[in-house]
Amino acid sequence: MRSGTEAPVEEPRISSGTERTPTSVAVRGLAHAFGELAVLADLDFEAAPAEVLGFVGPSGCGKSTLLELIAGLAEPRAGVVEVGSATRPAERLARCAYMPQRDLLLPWLPAIDNASLAPRNRGTPRAQARAQAAPLFERFGLTGFEATRAAQLSGGMRQRVAFLRTLLAGKAVLLLDEPFAALDAITRAEMQEWLAGAIAEERRTTLLVTHDVEEALYLCDRVLVLSARPGRVIAEVSSPAPRALPRLDAVTSTGFTAARERALAALMEGSR
Amino acid sequence: MRRWLLPGLVLVLLLGAWELAARWEVIADALGIEPFLVPAPSDVGDSLWSDRQLLLDNAWVTVQEVLAGFAIAAVAGFGFALVLHLSDTMRRALYPLLVASQTVPVIAIAPILVVWLGFGIGPKLAIIALVCFFPITVNALDGLRSVDPELPRMMRTLDASRGQILRRVEIPSALPFLLSGAKIAAVVSVIGAVFGEWSGADEGLGHLILVAQGQVQTARVFAAVFVLSALALVLFGGLALIERRVAWWRP
Repeated sequence: MRSGTEAPVEEPRISSGTERTPTSVAVRGLAHAFGELAVLADLDFEAAPAEVLGFVGPSGCGKSTLLELIAGLAEPRAGVVEVGSATRPAERLARCAYMPQRDLLLPWLPAIDNASLAPRNRGTPRAQARAQAAPLFERFGLTGFEATRAAQLSGGMRQRVAFLRTLLAGKAVLLLDEPFAALDAITRAEMQEWLAGAIAEERRTTLLVTHDVEEALYLCDRVLVLSARPGRVIAEVSSPAPRALPRLDAVTSTGFTAARERALAALMEGSR
Repeated sequence: MRRWLLPGLVLVLLLGAWELAARWEVIADALGIEPFLVPAPSDVGDSLWSDRQLLLDNAWVTVQEVLAGFAIAAVAGFGFALVLHLSDTMRRALYPLLVASQTVPVIAIAPILVVWLGFGIGPKLAIIALVCFFPITVNALDGLRSVDPELPRMMRTLDASRGQILRRVEIPSALPFLLSGAKIAAVVSVIGAVFGEWSGADEGLGHLILVAQGQVQTARVFAAVFVLSALALVLFGGLALIERRVAWWRP
C-alpha cells in the first residue's frame, strides 16, 4: 500500500466517465419499515451539489437502508427522495453510484474488469472499458495489479477497486456504505486519507454512512447523527477540517476533537 | 501422490486376498467357490489382455453413447435450470414434478423406451440422458439460486440488464455447482449405458457382459466391468480437471 503522505491530490483530475454536473440530493418525510419493524422515521435533509454528507448512528438504525432507498433499489413506505430533478426509483438508480459495505468484487474477474463493469454493462467493448479504467489504477495506487484476480487482492486493495468501480459508473452522486468497515485499523486510517484525496478530486455529491464518528467527521463536510431504530436525525455537526492532509494532524486538532465529542454525545443520547 | 498410497495399498491387499481365495484350492473349497464362477484377478487380467480388441470395440460403442447422452443431459439440464431460475412460475410449477420424476425407476421404463425408440442408439441416449439430467439440473439450479443476493443488486447500480446479471454474475457463480452435478452425472451415465444396452443392443460393453454371462465367461464379465469403471473414472477425472481450471476461486 502506498503511504498516505503521497496521496495523489496534486495530480490532474482524470475524468472517470461522462462529464457530470454536481447534483443535489433531497430527502423529505422519508419513512421505511420492514414488515412491522420501523427502521426509518420522518427523515428530512438535503445535500448541496458536491457536498460530502455523512451519517452516523448506532447499529441497526437503518443507515444502509437509507442509502438503498436513495439509490432507488427499494421504494420507501413514505416520503420523497429527489436526486437532482429525479424522483422515480429507476431515474435515481441511473444517477446514483452505490458502494456497498462488502466490496462484492467478482472473484473470477481480474481487478481491471471488476473496475470496468459499469462501462461493460453499458455496451463498451472490453478493450475500451479497460483503457478507461487503466489511468485510475495508476492514480489509486493499483498499478501492476490490473490483471490480478480479485480473490488474490488484499483487503485495502479490494476496497480501492470497489471504489474505482463505483467511480467508473460515472454517476453524479456517490453513496458509500461503510466503505472501510471490514479493514484493520491501520489500513482503515490509510484508506480514509486516500479516500479524502479521491473525493476532493472527484467533486461529486457524496453520501457516506458509517458507525465511526471520526471517519465521518474527517471525510465529510457535515455529519448527521441518527437515533436508534427507527432512525431519524437528532443532531448535525459541521466538520472543522474536512479531508485535510495529513489526516493525523487533522483529527487531533482541538476543533476536530470538540466536534467529535459533540457528535459522540449526541450519538450516545440517541442510542438510549 | 502420497494420498494415493493408502487406498492403493488397500486395493492391493483386497486383490491379493481375492486371488488367494480363488486360486488356493483349500480356501476355495472351504468357501465353496467354483473357479469358473469366481475368476481370480489374474484371470481377469488375462481376459483384459487377450480380449482387448473385443473390449475396445465394444467400449468405443459405449463411450459414444455415454458422451452423447451426457452432452444431451448437460445442455438440456442447464437449459431447464435456467428456465426454472428465470421464472418463478415455472419453478413453482415444475420443480416438485422434477423431484417426483426421480422416483420413476428409469431401469423399469428402459424396455418401453426400446419399444418407442427402436434398437438403435436412441433408447440408450434417452436412458443415459434421463439418469444424468436430474443431478445436472438440480445442481445448476442450486448454483443459480445460491448467488449472493447482493451481487445482482450491485450489478443493477452498475447499469446491468437482467441478461447481463445472468451472464456476468449468476452463471459464473453457478459454474462450480454445475460441475459438481456433472461429476455425479458422469458416474451414473455409465450405469445408464449398461441398462440401455441390456434392454436391447447388439454391441457395447453392457451387451458384452450379457453375452459373456450367458457363456459363463466370468473373467470376461469382470474385464468388461473393469473397463466400464475405468470409463466412469476418466469422465469424472476430466470434469474434475475442468472444475479446477474454471472454478479455482470457489470459496
